[in-house]
Amino acid sequence: MDSQEKSYIEIDPARCKGCACCVVACPKDCIQIGSEINQMGYQFARFAVRQCIGCGLCFYTCPEFGAITVYTLPRKGE
Amino acid sequence: MQSMKHSIKHQKAGSLYATFERKGPGAKSSHYCPGCGHGTVHNLIAEAIDDLGIQDRVVFCSPVGCSVFAYYYLDVGNIQCAHGRAPAVASAIRRTHEEAIVISYQGDGDLAGIGLSQILHAANRGENITVLFINNAIYGMTGGQMAPTTILAQKTITTPAGRTAANEGFPLHMAELINTLQAPVFIERVSLGTAAKVMRARAAIRKALRYQTKKKGFSFVEILSPCPVNWKMTPVEARRWLENSLEPVFPPGNLRDLPNAAPAALGAPGAPGATGVSGATGAPRVPGVSGAPGEPATPGAAEPVISQKAATKSERDILEILGANSEPLPTGTVSLAEEQNVKIAGFGGQGVLSTGILLANCAIAEGLRTTWLPSYGAEMRGGTANASVNISHEAIGAPIVSQPNVLLALNLPSLDAFEETVRPGGHILVNSSLVPRQVRRGDLHAWYIPATDMANALGTVQIASVIMVTVYALISGAITIDTLRRVIPLSIKRKSLVDINLRAIDAGVAWHRQECCQDFGRPRLPHVSVAGGTAPGATSEEPPVASSQDPSA
Ligand code: SF4
Ligand code: SF4
Ligand code: SF4
Repeated sequence: MDSQEKSYIEIDPARCKGCACCVVACPKDCIQIGSEINQMGYQFARFAVRQCIGCGLCFYTCPEFGAITVYTLPRKGE
Repeated sequence: MQSMKHSIKHQKAGSLYATFERKGPGAKSSHYCPGCGHGTVHNLIAEAIDDLGIQDRVVFCSPVGCSVFAYYYLDVGNIQCAHGRAPAVASAIRRTHEEAIVISYQGDGDLAGIGLSQILHAANRGENITVLFINNAIYGMTGGQMAPTTILAQKTITTPAGRTAANEGFPLHMAELINTLQAPVFIERVSLGTAAKVMRARAAIRKALRYQTKKKGFSFVEILSPCPVNWKMTPVEARRWLENSLEPVFPPGNLRDLPNAAPAALGAPGAPGATGVSGATGAPRVPGVSGAPGEPATPGAAEPVISQKAATKSERDILEILGANSEPLPTGTVSLAEEQNVKIAGFGGQGVLSTGILLANCAIAEGLRTTWLPSYGAEMRGGTANASVNISHEAIGAPIVSQPNVLLALNLPSLDAFEETVRPGGHILVNSSLVPRQVRRGDLHAWYIPATDMANALGTVQIASVIMVTVYALISGAITIDTLRRVIPLSIKRKSLVDINLRAIDAGVAWHRQECCQDFGRPRLPHVSVAGGTAPGATSEEPPVASSQDPSA
């Protein structure tokens, strides 16, 4: 991941069921449902657009456990 | 990859197990259907447990319902309670384990149906426990029956024309009911309708647990939660319906918050309710509830109707329904070499059960005898499901198929579970898109069909099972493709999906023609392993049972 980005997320294909709740939740339209299929037979979500602000709304909306992890740069001074 | 400078801001809570054994060793996903609200709430609870530092004190009382298996996820003390009894169990733990943080997690059928008495008395006693009430207005696990909280005009499988006040009564408003009791210290209703509302749910759950750690008393959080599968919506549509239809009936908001409640002491006369705040006085803090019969709480709901159509059935009708006096079935064109004992297995949601019905209906259309028997776990979608279908010229004794001669394995767990049960000489049709291994047995026929990839190429993964059944029809000759084409439109509720299902049949036929039929309709050997004799215990004397029909005939 480009370290210029302030924040980004990772989606674990093995945990995602492609429900698209994160897609709707993201205020920056960062997430899309991809065309690949995972082992469970679901088309999983992908972090596609790098405008993430690290708000965590996708993380809190997601019904799966650990499908989404949110990364961010520490604030200045931290 | 995480860059050196970035740090994790939000990740899976430590109070959740790393993997979930119910779904098989190393499995990382829940058993819940895609887009179910339970997982979201589990995440919120686990995070709160982490942040409050109470993981080794929590006793989580799970209910009967879809969340019956919560103990596979939450790495805390767990008790799975009898239906509706979680508040009673929680009360007992409360009184015997002073340091325990006790969570009673219940659905609407559990809490507002069979367990109505338990919840009201536990609340009325002011037990220092936290009740998290998942209200999705329907029975989830059992397949979408009306729940006490089903709203007026809402269609369920037991109220197919919509719930009416005259016939089924009004939806129960549990938060408001509990708010009529004196003892509780915290009562709030929240919703999972949008991300912002999820954050409010998060705050309410945290507050309720914090109050319990301070021994303040009974806390109750009602969480409006989507059940996309039984609402028959996509996860995104379900959240919209939740906002537009459920929330007006069950308005989110705080009904009671007594941060200064004295720590609850057993038998103390000055328990919270004595402060005289809110519900106890009968103040009308019950938005959206109108008690008068015939005055529906939902604006615009259908007027109450009592069905008068309870037609009495004559004895003959009943015998007919049971098939006891049926005429001999018309003999079709199909002639079975042997009775077909078919097991179709996959994840719930892969169309396993409905494909079984499709196959059985085709058999009926062929003039054959057939049975269909579904089998599924406590989950509607995320788990494994299988259907047993028998097809025969004779009357069928038992509908269950324990030793199939045909297995349609739509995913890996199904192949793992049922490969050994297939009779020697039988057929295993493998969905090779999702099954990364070969059939281990050498004494039967194995077919590898990339059904999910083929279905995806057609536009939806849902039709993979139809492709598999098409190939089965061609291999076995038990039903004809013509019959399949004629029956499928009758068995699909959404007419817009008929076309894609017909194309799934075409895809199955094309695959079969290309992979198996180049040699005058005989299966080409590279795609079929017959009597390899590698399986331990396989009787190598067993003559390989060739597919005796000419599939292309
Ligand atoms: S953290 Fe916020 S901005 Fe980033 S992907 Fe998730 S919802 Fe979108
Ligand atoms: S909300 Fe979670 S499960 Fe649903 S698509 Fe997004 S990452 Fe996948
Ligand atoms: S049926 Fe599925 S979506 Fe509905 S509550 Fe159960 S797991 Fe969730």
